[in-house]
Amino acid sequence: MQTTIDPAEVAKFEAMAAEWWDPNGKFKPLHMLNPCRLDYITAQVAAEFGRDLAGPSPFDGLRILDIGCGGGLLSEPMARLGAEVVGADAAERNIPVARIHARQSGLQIDYRHTTAEALAAAGEQFDAVLNMEVVEHVADPQAYLTACRQLMKPGGLMVCSTLNRNPKSYVMAIIGAEHVMRWLPKGTHDWSKFITPDELFAMLETAGLDPVDRKGFVFNPLGWSWSISDRDLSVNYVTTSLKPAA
Amino acid sequence: MDNAPVRFILRGMEDIRDVLIIGGGLNGSALALALAQAGLSVAIVDRLANDIRADAAFDGRSYALAHASKRLLDAIGIWRGLADRTQPILQIKVTDGRAGEGPSPFVLEFDHAEIEEGPMGFMVEDRHLRRALMAAMADTPAIEQFSGLDVAGHAVDAAEAAVTLGDGSTVRARMLVGADGQHSPTARRAGIGRMGWAYGQTALVCAIDHSRPHNGCAHQFFMPPGPLAILPLPENRSSIVWTEADAEAARIQALDDAGYLDALRPRVGEFLGQIGLAGIRMTYPLTLSLAHRFAAPRVALLGDAAHRVHPIAGQGLNAGLKDVGALAEVLAIAHRRGEDIGRLDVLERYQRWRRFDTAALALATDGFNRLFSNDNALLRLGRDLGMGVVNSLPGLRRGLIREAAGLTGDLPRLLQGRPI
Repeated sequence: MQTTIDPAEVAKFEAMAAEWWDPNGKFKPLHMLNPCRLDYITAQVAAEFGRDLAGPSPFDGLRILDIGCGGGLLSEPMARLGAEVVGADAAERNIPVARIHARQSGLQIDYRHTTAEALAAAGEQFDAVLNMEVVEHVADPQAYLTACRQLMKPGGLMVCSTLNRNPKSYVMAIIGAEHVMRWLPKGTHDWSKFITPDELFAMLETAGLDPVDRKGFVFNPLGWSWSISDRDLSVNYVTTSLKPAA
Repeated sequence: MDNAPVRFILRGMEDIRDVLIIGGGLNGSALALALAQAGLSVAIVDRLANDIRADAAFDGRSYALAHASKRLLDAIGIWRGLADRTQPILQIKVTDGRAGEGPSPFVLEFDHAEIEEGPMGFMVEDRHLRRALMAAMADTPAIEQFSGLDVAGHAVDAAEAAVTLGDGSTVRARMLVGADGQHSPTARRAGIGRMGWAYGQTALVCAIDHSRPHNGCAHQFFMPPGPLAILPLPENRSSIVWTEADAEAARIQALDDAGYLDALRPRVGEFLGQIGLAGIRMTYPLTLSLAHRFAAPRVALLGDAAHRVHPIAGQGLNAGLKDVGALAEVLAIAHRRGEDIGRLDVLERYQRWRRFDTAALALATDGFNRLFSNDNALLRLGRDLGMGVVNSLPGLRRGLIREAAGLTGDLPRLLQGRPI
């Protein structure tokens, strides 16, 4: 990949990649949630594009964008399933880290330091856009979701997850995750920017998309694991929306 | 193997299988079939050549398959061809007895009519089960076989595991399964230690033929030196698993066939009529061996490599097939998600699922054996009364039957007879 890079920098990025991918490290909450996110994403993509997940390379021929790719926790599984993946992150330091890990994993992924808006302006389009835990961090969610719509091919799909805004999500996501469990650095989330499912559906529609599904990601403290719920969208939740075919 | 191009996997990664199984025994073969059917590419390395495995005449070895194990064999497609050659266990009688005295009056009886799933289990001969698994593997293109080859070493890195075979060639896979027995070299190479001990007892195993029918009834006599199991095989034959202290077992094994039968006859009693040997005589020293971990990066342990329990309740193969069901399910689900199936956090899901269950089984069979291998008169009375009590409580009895049939616990889908 990059041959002109300083060896000391490579060592630093390798250490950061190891940190990103350590299931018990700094990103433990993301690793715990990841199987659940992948179950939802793979099921939605397979259903929309008529793919059999038990077959070889089920996402062959699909172009997938992972917005806010970080170390590549979603990009790598998509590539492993056969998709052509672009991983975008506004944080420049994540890009070499994700690249190093993909190479260690034997996967080819196009990681770019860019934003959804910049990709849309460049005319890039994808069969599926993964928009996971990003919308609550952007300054103008409506403008951002409109840019996401431009990134979708007609008939394409977007999976968008975020955090609900209610007293429970304040207790769980801010007090619980940031202050008590220290899962996330304090100040990771601004509760006032959390979005209710109805608000998100309205924004998706305003952006010109058809929201077709919503589910909750629920943490079960007894099993210490996450599961997908049809009814409980009170804290973490996920949606699927489609771009009309023409 | 098919070479379907996977465009976003880097060049040089094409000849990597998903899973490489080390050990071509029953558990390893069953896992290969389960994984191939779930859409994974599999290679299996067996130090025994296929013709040696297939050739074995009846040697007296047989297994008591729990109901759940039968469901797994059905789900992986080999039960249909096997069913005619098995003997359903319709009844289990557990008796506390002393050689030459006949059974004590307290008998614990389990009858399959008490559970809705049908027979409590099935006796199957090793040769039939082995051949059925081999035939199914030969018919499965997604399984690549390396037979008659030892494993010289293995190495793992961030992306794959590479195994060096005895002929110097290398086989690559996302992850390895050590299904290579209680001394598992795979576990040793992965740095997984084990704990265990010997019981000072040896199981004498043989098959007998007899003049009277067994009526599908399995007997377990708890004799002071150790338990004696008489398990029904097709026709008028039974499998004998007879446990004695090491020295006594060695003495009996050294006898000629006539002397051996003379030692066995008073223990079996009269109910089967005339008995004779129907295969070779084998001995197995009884040991408990439990791996400290069932998973390491890119390595999982299966069957005896993970846990070898005292075979008192016939649970060795059944526990191994539970491992097969659990590991196949964990790997298939991770594979469909696009996860790296060799990552430790994926393999630890299997470990969490199986390790507690296995440790509990090891301790339970250990305690069970220590209780029943004792000639203390008071313990004996307690045992007799205990059996009488268990027998008079239908609910408790049904629970024990379901446990023996392998129908309790968090069952993998294959053991429920459902596809993954």
